[in-house]
Amino acid sequence: MIRIPCPFCGTRDHSEFAYGGDGAIIYPDLDAPMQDWHDAVFQRENICGRQVETWQHVNGCRMWLLVERDTMTHEIYSVRPAHPDMAQALEVTA
Amino acid sequence: MTRFSAWNVFWNGVTGQKGWSRQWRDPEPKPRYDVVIIGGGLHGLATAYYLAKNHGIRNIAVLEKGWIGGGNAGRNTTIVRSNYTQPGNREFYENSLNLWEELSHELNYNVMFSQRSHITLLHSPGAVDATARNYNTMRLTGNADVEIWSLEQLQEAVPHLNYGADARFPIMGAAVHKRAGTARHDAVIWGYARAADQLGVDIIQNCEVTAILRDGDKVTAIETSRGKITTDKVGLAVAGNSSRLWNMAGMRHLPIESHKLQAFVSEPLKPLLDQVVVFGMGGAHFYISQSDKGGMVFGGDLDWYKSYAQKGNLPIVQDVAEAAMSVMPCLGRVRLLRHWSGVVDMSMDGSHFICKTPVDNLYLNAGWNYGGFKATPASGTYFADLIANDRPDKVIANHDLKRFERGLQLDERGAGPDPKLHG
Amino acid sequence: MSATRLNTGGRIDRSQPLSFTWDGRSYRGFAGDTLASALMANGEVVLGRSFKYHRPRGIMSAGVEESGAIVTLGTGNRAEPNTKATIAELYDGLVASGQNAWPNVRNDVGASLGLFGRFFSAGFYYKTFMGLPPFEWGRGTGLWMQYEKIIRKAAGMGEASRQADPDCYDHVHAFCDVLVVGSGPAGMSAALQAAQQGKDVILVEQDFDLGGDLLNRSDPKSNAIRAELIAALTAAGVRIMTRTTAFGLYDYGTAGLLERVTDHLAVKPDHAPRQRFWTVRAAATILATGALERTVAFENNDRPGVMTANATRSYLNRYGVLPGQNIVLSTNNDSAYDTAGELARAGAKVSLVDLREAIGADLSEQMNAAGVTVQTGLAPLKALGGKAVTGVQLARLQGDTWVAVETLPCDLLLVSAGWSPVVNLLSHRGGKPIWDQDLSCFLPAPCAENVTMAGAAAGHWSTEHCTASGIAAANLAMGQKVGAIAPGGWNTPIKPLYEVRLSGQKTKSFVDPQHDVTSSDIRLAHQEGFVSVEHLKRYTTLGMATDQGKMGNIIGLALMAEALGKDIPAVGTTRFRPPYTPVAIGALAGRNTGSHFKTLRRTPLHDWNLRHGATMTDAGLWHRPWYFARRGESLSEAYIREATTVRESLGICDVSSLGKIAVQGPDASEFLNRIYSNAFAKLAVGKARYGIMLRDDGMVMDDGTTWRLSQNDFLLTTTTTGAGKVMVWLEELLQLRWPELRVHVSSVSDQWAGVSVAGPKTRAAIAACLEDPEAISAENLPFMGVMESRLRGGIKCLIARISFSGELAYEIYVPADLGEAMMDQLWAASEPLGGCLYGLEALGTLRIEKGHVTGAELDGRVTIDDAGLGKMASTKKPFIGSALRQRPELEREDRPQLVGIFPKDHSDSFNGGALLCKPDEISGFGEGWITAVTHSPALGHWIGIGYISGGHDAWQGKSVTATDPVRKGDVMVEIVSPHMFDPKGERMHG
Repeated sequence: MIRIPCPFCGTRDHSEFAYGGDGAIIYPDLDAPMQDWHDAVFQRENICGRQVETWQHVNGCRMWLLVERDTMTHEIYSVRPAHPDMAQALEVTA
Repeated sequence: MTRFSAWNVFWNGVTGQKGWSRQWRDPEPKPRYDVVIIGGGLHGLATAYYLAKNHGIRNIAVLEKGWIGGGNAGRNTTIVRSNYTQPGNREFYENSLNLWEELSHELNYNVMFSQRSHITLLHSPGAVDATARNYNTMRLTGNADVEIWSLEQLQEAVPHLNYGADARFPIMGAAVHKRAGTARHDAVIWGYARAADQLGVDIIQNCEVTAILRDGDKVTAIETSRGKITTDKVGLAVAGNSSRLWNMAGMRHLPIESHKLQAFVSEPLKPLLDQVVVFGMGGAHFYISQSDKGGMVFGGDLDWYKSYAQKGNLPIVQDVAEAAMSVMPCLGRVRLLRHWSGVVDMSMDGSHFICKTPVDNLYLNAGWNYGGFKATPASGTYFADLIANDRPDKVIANHDLKRFERGLQLDERGAGPDPKLHG
Repeated sequence: MSATRLNTGGRIDRSQPLSFTWDGRSYRGFAGDTLASALMANGEVVLGRSFKYHRPRGIMSAGVEESGAIVTLGTGNRAEPNTKATIAELYDGLVASGQNAWPNVRNDVGASLGLFGRFFSAGFYYKTFMGLPPFEWGRGTGLWMQYEKIIRKAAGMGEASRQADPDCYDHVHAFCDVLVVGSGPAGMSAALQAAQQGKDVILVEQDFDLGGDLLNRSDPKSNAIRAELIAALTAAGVRIMTRTTAFGLYDYGTAGLLERVTDHLAVKPDHAPRQRFWTVRAAATILATGALERTVAFENNDRPGVMTANATRSYLNRYGVLPGQNIVLSTNNDSAYDTAGELARAGAKVSLVDLREAIGADLSEQMNAAGVTVQTGLAPLKALGGKAVTGVQLARLQGDTWVAVETLPCDLLLVSAGWSPVVNLLSHRGGKPIWDQDLSCFLPAPCAENVTMAGAAAGHWSTEHCTASGIAAANLAMGQKVGAIAPGGWNTPIKPLYEVRLSGQKTKSFVDPQHDVTSSDIRLAHQEGFVSVEHLKRYTTLGMATDQGKMGNIIGLALMAEALGKDIPAVGTTRFRPPYTPVAIGALAGRNTGSHFKTLRRTPLHDWNLRHGATMTDAGLWHRPWYFARRGESLSEAYIREATTVRESLGICDVSSLGKIAVQGPDASEFLNRIYSNAFAKLAVGKARYGIMLRDDGMVMDDGTTWRLSQNDFLLTTTTTGAGKVMVWLEELLQLRWPELRVHVSSVSDQWAGVSVAGPKTRAAIAACLEDPEAISAENLPFMGVMESRLRGGIKCLIARISFSGELAYEIYVPADLGEAMMDQLWAASEPLGGCLYGLEALGTLRIEKGHVTGAELDGRVTIDDAGLGKMASTKKPFIGSALRQRPELEREDRPQLVGIFPKDHSDSFNGGALLCKPDEISGFGEGWITAVTHSPALGHWIGIGYISGGHDAWQGKSVTATDPVRKGDVMVEIVSPHMFDPKGERMHG
């Protein structure tokens, strides 16, 4: 059981969350060329080791999170809200 | 090399088992090979075997980081079936099944392919129709033995599934794939290793690839923990770790994510289930069969997050047990003996890659999702053909890396470009 | 073996006799017995049969490593095969029987297989059974499958019930600071140390009593230590769980525990589960899991009456059974001497043979005093006897070779060849144990996680050392620095011993007795190149039995090391997999089985529908009305009547399960404009629009109508099965991709009850229910209009004039708890008009007649053009999927496209799932397929909807065969427009 420290709900079992995917992908503008979209949608770096990835606390606050995690050891280094305003709001609160 | 036969089993029994020798050699790596296959799993060894047998290339090395068959070859639930329906996949898996049927004789190694039927439970009229479409396609493309069973037929064949009023998803019937079944996974590894070795292939274990050296668009040599090896052609067959080797070859992206899949076996029991039974409904997924030794072998979904670790988690253990009990309520007192996990290449459409790469003499065999075991003989055959002739056979022409650019979908489930959904 | 129950001593309660049944005969034991100790006390010797050779087997140990006394507990639907008698707690009325034998374990016909043992070497089955003997002639798998039938029957161990397990199981979740596994002196000391520093501690013990090896001692000092520790633990508030096995360690300090709640009770209370599966999240874990005594490979070392030495200490001191009268104890270390002395003092004649040439003077004195004869430099070569041991031939090591020496008669042969720390749980965390040459055992390596080993599990042999290491482990777990305590603790070093045999001699020396893996098998594996430990394991099945290698793994490794001429660490060790001991699948499943397997979702109108005759069907996790049969009606009669009624008067259908998402905020229209393929920016307030959502890859994801309730407030509807997925998708887009959009989405699916009311008389029926009947006049609520209104009684509702059936139709939503009130009103107004309730089957008929798509058509491989909705893809704006939908393969003209299908002969019918082929080419992938069919009451014959390459234009007027070989024959069909009924859509404007 991976335990994920949700910035909103506290540390919870990973089974409350849903894994999204590679958090480093920058999706192009909607009118960007097909090749850009192809690369974002189909190509993966598939890092073995530390990667930033997206998770949603789907059975909790439903916030999308950026989780820095080692894909070999499963160790989590950091968790922050994906939405920049949320991340900023948390910093202000802290 | 002593041929395997009842006679030699008898004769060696009488003469103290002296006639058996190493099933494959343990050679030192040579400095140069015509072809180097990286990955001593099922696909790598099968490829080496068919390269030697079908294409007469004998100066081949298979490099294995650990011991052969230590990856997913020994971690899967051993199901062999061909009920794929997308063009390309259909022919590929049908050909694979045909090869499976003769594999024990071909390799002179009993791989125990037991064509005991693969039964997919159906729970709604919609599911019956959707499956009928697939099984009709199979009928029309070379597999005459598939059937749709009524509830009564199923009850007669497998009386101890949950037909009770308390079933959350009542069973309505079943899709039956009779030539499908199970095989002994380790035997397949050893059988290919022994047969390839007999044809002169060097199987080099404990040989970790540390670098893939390139000169422009060509691989020139492989650096390994046991020295540098030069070669004309390199085949990658390292599913689970494809991206890592891809990086070593100087490239960054593949349409693949590594995920882990758990598998389970119970204590050995007297015969309890004579077929492979598969359940998929309400977001759950479960498959079960009984090994010849008596253990109930079963599995379910991925662990749902990307991982390179061969360690499973408890929530999936629980999910799989729930499905097991819901499908076969008599399993309550049967005990789980072991569970383990393997790392699988999950691709963007749930289908595999056997293809050329941007590097001229580097060939890729990857992206096997859940399906690598059953694919073994065809994968070896077509990958060997690709490496030997430097062009894909038409059956695998669409199993390339460019198919997403073309808009081709080999998506059996229609799940879309999310690797974890293709289980 | 002539065991006797002693009149005094032990921890059994002689005032509580228990009766039990073994193989149909009644026996007596006492409270505190295990099945094994009770059977031993009753003189039963042969309790099991081995896997391959059906050799007779007796009790080999006193714990979880048992590989001989493996039995079936219970009968019928409570039969529990493969149970280790050594850990089965005795209770009044227990029923057990032998397994893997016929007619019984004492006289097993299968034992004749042993005569052919020479042919059944490791892996022999890979070498034959392929074809016709002797040279494996033939092709295919036919012959193998005949052999397989026989092999399967011979293999396996116990027989499982085919009836449902009647018991229930629970799941429990817990948290703690420190989880301590094992209650020997180390575990109890560790738990106490942590608890006394204020930590929340859980101590788990697989046995039914606390104390670990202290339970096997009779000396007052051990008893006092145990009693003091238990009292202190209780006082310190440690949560103590006995009969609980920590079976696996997982990520982040998670442990899986199995608690056996009622297995040991004669009367199982109705309220209690049989077992509980605990998921414990611990900040720190201390493993004080003890060590298991090893045996030695020598000829016939599996005979009933050959046991590990320390096990007899358990039978003697814990269960009050003297396991033999004339005992030979073979050892290579100090640990067996106490046992020998105690057995002698209990009245047995004991001869001790030690492999070591010299032993400490204190041990010699101790043996002298107890009357134990001691010989040194000897080891067992061969056990004598058949179904019970009658003696042992000894051997002496001369140089590198063994020489047979004298034979000693005995009725019990005890072996102590050293101890293997239980490192299994640490191994689950990936920690590789390290071989210790001096102690000749694997010791745990330090773990990167907060998992600490203590006591014998870390190689500490004495009680004092175990206690100290437990305290140190607790301190370490709590982050304090502690000095290392050296493992070991024997005066005279152990002299490693794994196998005794005369050189060149073939023997039946068992390494893994349960699977009948012999030392010859190990050597054959070496001969054939299966030298890596994982290959060895797989080829010989060493360590794959139900003891998971607890009994034989180390010997197997040692023999392979010897064959390779390497050290044991060079061969390596296999990674132990969870569970530590086998766990009932029922316990892992808990209560989420049967009808509770998956959530069942019911709409707010569920009960109302049932009261009005609905038959339900599964739609995703939902139960939705399938049809409303009137008396005597079949499904097809009912749906045809319902569909007819909708077209002729009106029908009411529960659509509450559709996903409903409130999309709100200043940028809501811009957001919708991006996620839908068609334009939403200019949707007027009070209007609804049908929209199609694509995935990033350009394939159709979901569809539904979206209603603009006010400037910044939309209600977006999804399909029933797409609701969850779409919600997650919208949240992802807003939080990850377009955080700049000021939009909030919330799922309101459960807040509303919804119905679709369809048919020419709809307006009259609804008007009768509204406070303002004029509200839904054609002028006030035009096609695709949305409004808020009130049903009679002041029930606030949303009404949208949208149609899936092609009729004049409205969807009405009210707050979920007012759903039944709405239905009562609507039904009261509709029934007199000749209306009906209709379910999914009739809904299907209506939409197929109209050529509207659902999940059967939108299977994730379909483009918007394929579905015939290409004109809904805007060319004026980009949207999700607009880039990738233009990839070449997706724009091919010959892609399968949505069509309608009629049987050529209108009296024919066909099935969904049939393939569409050219009549002269019924092979290959065909040209298309049928997704859904219905009998159309409006058209008076069967119709279908499906896809065919090139679509209607390509096939108009051409002959097509619908072929369905898995279910029925071929039917000639014609391809028509998917809009099969009212193609101009006039009726819905009615």
